[in-house]
Amino acid sequence: MSNYLYILWIPLLPLATFVILGIFGRKYLSSIAGLLGTASLLTSTILSFVAAKQYFFVDGKVNGVYQKIVALKYTWLEFAPNMSIDLGIIIDPISVMMLVVVTSVSLMVHVFSLGYMKGEERFATYYAFLSLFTFSMLGLILSSNIFQVYMFWELVGVSSFLLISYYFNKPAAVAASKKAFIVTRFADLGFLIGILILGYYGGTLDIGLLIERFTSVHSTQFLSITSASFLGASMLTWGLTLVFMGGAGKSAMFPLHIWLPDAMEGPTPVSALIHAATMVVAGVYLVARMFPVFTMDESALNIVTYVGAASALFAAIIACTQTDIKRVLAYSTMSQIGYMMFALGISKNGGENGLGYMASMFHLFTHAFFKSLLFLGAGSVIHMVHSNEMKDMGGLRKLMPITHIAFLIACLAIAGIPPFAGFFSKEEILTAAFHENKIIYGIALFTAALTSFYMFRLYFNIFWSKDAPADNHHESHGEGPWVMKLPLLILAACAVGVGFIPFSQFITSDGAPIETHIDVVFSIVPVALSVLAILLAASFYKNQNGKSDKVAAAFGGLYTAAHKKFYIDEVYLFITKKIIFPFIGQPIAWADKNIVDGFMQWLAKITLKVSVLIKGLQSGKVQNYAMYFFGGIVVLSILFIYIWK
Amino acid sequence: MQEIPLSQILFVSTALFFIGMYGLFTRRNLITMLMSIELMLNSVNINFVAFNKYLFPDHLDGLFFTLFIITIAAAEAAVAIAIIINLYRSHNSIDVENATEMKN
Repeated sequence: MSNYLYILWIPLLPLATFVILGIFGRKYLSSIAGLLGTASLLTSTILSFVAAKQYFFVDGKVNGVYQKIVALKYTWLEFAPNMSIDLGIIIDPISVMMLVVVTSVSLMVHVFSLGYMKGEERFATYYAFLSLFTFSMLGLILSSNIFQVYMFWELVGVSSFLLISYYFNKPAAVAASKKAFIVTRFADLGFLIGILILGYYGGTLDIGLLIERFTSVHSTQFLSITSASFLGASMLTWGLTLVFMGGAGKSAMFPLHIWLPDAMEGPTPVSALIHAATMVVAGVYLVARMFPVFTMDESALNIVTYVGAASALFAAIIACTQTDIKRVLAYSTMSQIGYMMFALGISKNGGENGLGYMASMFHLFTHAFFKSLLFLGAGSVIHMVHSNEMKDMGGLRKLMPITHIAFLIACLAIAGIPPFAGFFSKEEILTAAFHENKIIYGIALFTAALTSFYMFRLYFNIFWSKDAPADNHHESHGEGPWVMKLPLLILAACAVGVGFIPFSQFITSDGAPIETHIDVVFSIVPVALSVLAILLAASFYKNQNGKSDKVAAAFGGLYTAAHKKFYIDEVYLFITKKIIFPFIGQPIAWADKNIVDGFMQWLAKITLKVSVLIKGLQSGKVQNYAMYFFGGIVVLSILFIYIWK
Repeated sequence: MQEIPLSQILFVSTALFFIGMYGLFTRRNLITMLMSIELMLNSVNINFVAFNKYLFPDHLDGLFFTLFIITIAAAEAAVAIAIIINLYRSHNSIDVENATEMKN
């Protein structure tokens, strides 16, 4: 086995950047912070491409199957024999694929931010946080131990929190960051319990060993976890569902999605990096990482499937009614992640049956490129018009030709129009769904049509709809500097090209390549639906003709409900403010104030009383003190001489 | 020459000790109190030397102890006088009755 230790540098370089910029950035390095961050990330990106080349084309394959390689293993905390928290690096197809995705998207965002964030007061801090995020995300990907995953998972959460609240003098951003942190933290509680359940029954926290033990039907660990049950479900179901709960929180799956749209308060490049391409797919990655264990339990997989499908549909409906362009993109992200989730849920392990798994990873891969492109394009637009609202835009195609083309490509990609990247991955997902579950296939098809509709609603509203804005102050700063255009062009090229990668040759559920081919007859229905939806969007929004308002009025209650995001936020507020705060929070606060604090205050009071009592002895006269001293000696002498002889 | 019995020497040292103690408790002047402490130290020195001579004539430990105590007493007197000078500067007197800031 060859040496993969250099992979260690991929996460360590951003960490070093974070430390340097965090300590010295604001005072000494604010002018070169962006270049420093970008340069270190460029090195990481090159290293991860080298690793991908080495793994996929040189020595990853043994007997035609891609191997899992543990490149580094270091026992960090050992609390019982065979039960330790290790720090390790795992190399397998999905981790290498994620390395490439995360480093390249992060690099694009770093470059884009050079232009977008220029002139910000806390420029160096921004790059420090970006580096911290990149480090933790890369660490999460490479973790070989589920507890290590958990640690990086939390680090990712923290850096997301820091980046959302980057504009900390904006109350909405502060509220959004707190919401994101609390909601994902709540989900992580489930994740932690899930880890503990799996670790307790599996006797290890090492992912490879866990998979090995829980996938062999006769192992003692598998027998013990399936025979133990709680509330009518086996402990395996509970453990996996709770782990999935953590994943659902990070990946913004229904009903834990409420933080994602609000998280759009952060700077737009951050949304492109964290809330579109990398962090939000951590949940998908986690399920994929534990996938062989998930396949052992039908009910946990069903939960993954239906939560994913429900989120995909639910988010797509909401996305059709939102007017803030970043929120539309946020809901679209949620919907696409729902796609990945249910593709995993319907998949089986191994061979041709693992098509869903491969399709999910493929979609993750292509989605990362076109969705970050969409966000960066939206960033360009926002940079230009200084507003997130659709009504402030329109007719921008002449003013921003490069952004226009890039955005159009990304929209076509996400709508699944051949030959753009999204078409290939979405076809695989639909094929897998068609073979496994017709209901899911129906939902997926409908969602795909909705996706095309709301993406082109966005596109026409931004770039067509009205004539170019009359006041020409936009002209003055144009589309922004080349550092903002270059990432758009590169990502647009990716959004066209990555679909042609023969993905099933590299990443499958068991490592062995499978054959996939695009079935033209099968593709007709989804593509035709998408094209119809695009034409519908064009007829509504290409010119301002009021048709869309009439249709919205025709939908009546449904439209209002979707516009209000189906009142999920209100439900949460009701549960927390009306139920949890008065019935759980306040009694606990009372107990804390009166019983816990009360005991401590009682101790303090006693101490005070005693000290007041003996205060009189302190006369302040030095001779009195000498008297006590001699008196003490006399007493001690008497004790020693006569009593304790 | 007839040897002085140990008990008489101890009598002298005990008397010296209590004279010192009396001085320490009754005088208000810090310098006098310091002198009283020196008296007490010296009574202890006498004890050391006397016990060394009468009980263990072939050892020298008691004598060395005495030498140490004399050295330390000198150092201690220096420190004490420094304190007294500072007290005089802040209170314009060296009467212990006047320095009662530590009360309560």
